[in-house]
Amino acid sequence: MYKVLKKEKLVPTITKLKIVAPLIAEKTKPGNFIILRVDEKGERVPLTIADYDREEGSITIIFQEVGYSTKKLGKLEVGDCLQDLVGPLGHHIDMEDCKKVVLLGGGTGTALLYPKVKGFYEQGAEVISITGVRTKNLIILEDELNEYSDKLYIATDDGSYGIHGFVTEILKDVLKDEKDIDLVVAIGPVPMMKAVADMTEEYGIETIVSLNAIMVDGTGMCGACRVTVGGETKFTCFDGPSFDAHQVDFEELMNRLNFYQNEEEDVAKANSAEEVN
Amino acid sequence: MALQKKKTPMKEQAPEERIKNFNEVPFGYSDDEAVVEAERCLQCKHQPCVEGCPVHVPIPQFIQAVIDGDVEEAGQILKSKNNLPAVCGRVCPQEEQCENVCVMGIKNEPVAIGRLERYVADYNMERGSDKSSAAELEKMKVPELEGRKAAVIGAGPAGLTAAADLAKYGLDVTIFEALHETGGVLRYGIPEFRLPKKIVDQEVEAIKELGVDIQLNVVVGKSITVDELFAKGYESVFIGVGAGLPRFLNIPGENLNGVYSANEFLTRVNLMKAFKYPEYKTPVVVGDKVAVVGAGNVAMDAARTAKRLGAEDVYIVYRRAEEQMPARSEEIHHAQEEGIEFKLLNNPVAIHGEDGRVARMECQQMKLGEKDDSGRRRPIPIEGSNWMLDLDTVIIAIGQNPNPLLTSNTKDLKTKSWGGIEVNDDQQTSREGVYAGGDVVTGAATVIKAMGAGKTAAENIKNYLLEKSKK
Repeated sequence: MYKVLKKEKLVPTITKLKIVAPLIAEKTKPGNFIILRVDEKGERVPLTIADYDREEGSITIIFQEVGYSTKKLGKLEVGDCLQDLVGPLGHHIDMEDCKKVVLLGGGTGTALLYPKVKGFYEQGAEVISITGVRTKNLIILEDELNEYSDKLYIATDDGSYGIHGFVTEILKDVLKDEKDIDLVVAIGPVPMMKAVADMTEEYGIETIVSLNAIMVDGTGMCGACRVTVGGETKFTCFDGPSFDAHQVDFEELMNRLNFYQNEEEDVAKANSAEEVN
Repeated sequence: MALQKKKTPMKEQAPEERIKNFNEVPFGYSDDEAVVEAERCLQCKHQPCVEGCPVHVPIPQFIQAVIDGDVEEAGQILKSKNNLPAVCGRVCPQEEQCENVCVMGIKNEPVAIGRLERYVADYNMERGSDKSSAAELEKMKVPELEGRKAAVIGAGPAGLTAAADLAKYGLDVTIFEALHETGGVLRYGIPEFRLPKKIVDQEVEAIKELGVDIQLNVVVGKSITVDELFAKGYESVFIGVGAGLPRFLNIPGENLNGVYSANEFLTRVNLMKAFKYPEYKTPVVVGDKVAVVGAGNVAMDAARTAKRLGAEDVYIVYRRAEEQMPARSEEIHHAQEEGIEFKLLNNPVAIHGEDGRVARMECQQMKLGEKDDSGRRRPIPIEGSNWMLDLDTVIIAIGQNPNPLLTSNTKDLKTKSWGGIEVNDDQQTSREGVYAGGDVVTGAATVIKAMGAGKTAAENIKNYLLEKSKK
């Protein structure tokens, strides 16, 4: 079974779990994701694989507790088991031929960015990482990012730590100062990814974004995660989750992400009622 | 006794009642009703019904056992050929298969073979006597195969059937299934009111008792490859991964909120049990007005499901005419009874939204022209006939293609232009030791055809392995 080996609260709402999953650990590459189900009545939730240990046969996920399922996931303790875990899914990021990369992560996006930072660094690229959060106590993975980055910029919206401002403002400077950037990778809220795409387009720098569409099966059988890329419908789970940022219809993606807002609130309410018991 | 010309009716839930629940619509035969119906069988010598059945169930024999009052024996006869009789009795299009060629059907209504199969399977399931008998299993066992490993990819009807037969031959069988539950389309596609999931559970349980190991949450092509299966000591692989890639219309507005593929809609409701939301945590949103595009069984299932989820007006929008609808006549009839409205000879050309959500669908009226390649009269658009249908939800049910996830990640596996795997008459693929069957070979077809392919493949895998060990 999919047992929790290690648990760590990175910040009050962001949790890191190491889970036994030998088959997945064996195959994972940066950019892949998993789908999990916490319990028998749970929904299927996609999460990026943040790290893996092939020898130990484990994978690590990092998630923000935003709704019913992630809160329930955050309650698991070491020794507890997940109901279902499947992966690695999606295409991994092709990292060869990249000598200099800028990677941006916004909010929890930083957790999803980390495996790519590590991946690029380990294959010898020059890595510039930019991470941004609202305020100081939400910063995650600073040490890890530092270890695998040639340069690391940390920004806070309120200026309580690092640079005062948004990741996009830092990117603006980086794009001005740095030469020969082969690739920009952006992961975070849709408006942030869109802003990055607009910015790099001016410089003609190849940019990829990792999309967080709504998914059900994650294997290409339903199309819940479809997005428009370059005018064509693509399935995020099968064709992605990473796409050319300059081709993605971000507005459509944002609209589709909001579709179940009311239902998510209902489940959250039902959940707090259950907790009373 | 005078010959009863019509099928013995099967009682079912009244339409006004059943649209408020997900319980099974027909109740099945009582013991008496089953015997009355069984006695309509003429016990013909040439048994055309057996030929009409893709897995060749000895139909007159099992019916005779029902007449003799030995329902357990009837069950054993069924199980000798059919590993999922409770499923087939419910979802097979008998009118095109066994019942289509029944001699009684020439002048009267054919014998209700499907209903009798269902009766026998349910009877034995309830009493726990639905397992294949030891004598039957002994008969199929091949000593040379004992303990050798065979892999089956996909736990749908084809894979389950192949696995059951391979296990009966004595092989060590493992099924690899990508989803968190078994059954394939029986689980995520066909709704509870047509096929209760506890029936699927019980049928799968019986297959597990044959010694079949089922590994869930394994996506072959991603978690593990076909080559790696061979490296792990599996001597043969059967691919039964179905046709799970939904087709879309490719019209403007198809990515608006409220537009579902039938696969997504039905997976949410059936597999994830969204009809029990919020007890089960997967949501599904249907408004008051739902259109389902297409007229196959999947479309009927989606429409009837939407009705049960509380939609007031549910439409089937289909570009051809009534007689060309591919769904089973029984399902069309059930849908009509439940108040589903049919907008035939109408083709959607665009979906229009408001605030990012479906608001209406633009349809163009069609007329029938000459016959096309499928032998059906081709629908031709009528210029200037566009009209608007107000809607909250659109469900696209125009068919599925094989999912490329496995085929694109398997070396040297030949596929056709539309994604189907190429096989010969033995269900063997372009790779030695790799067999395939069901929808991944034929495109979306029927449960029983997939089972027939699984059965043929299992037999040929057996022969292949015997041949291989001689070398």
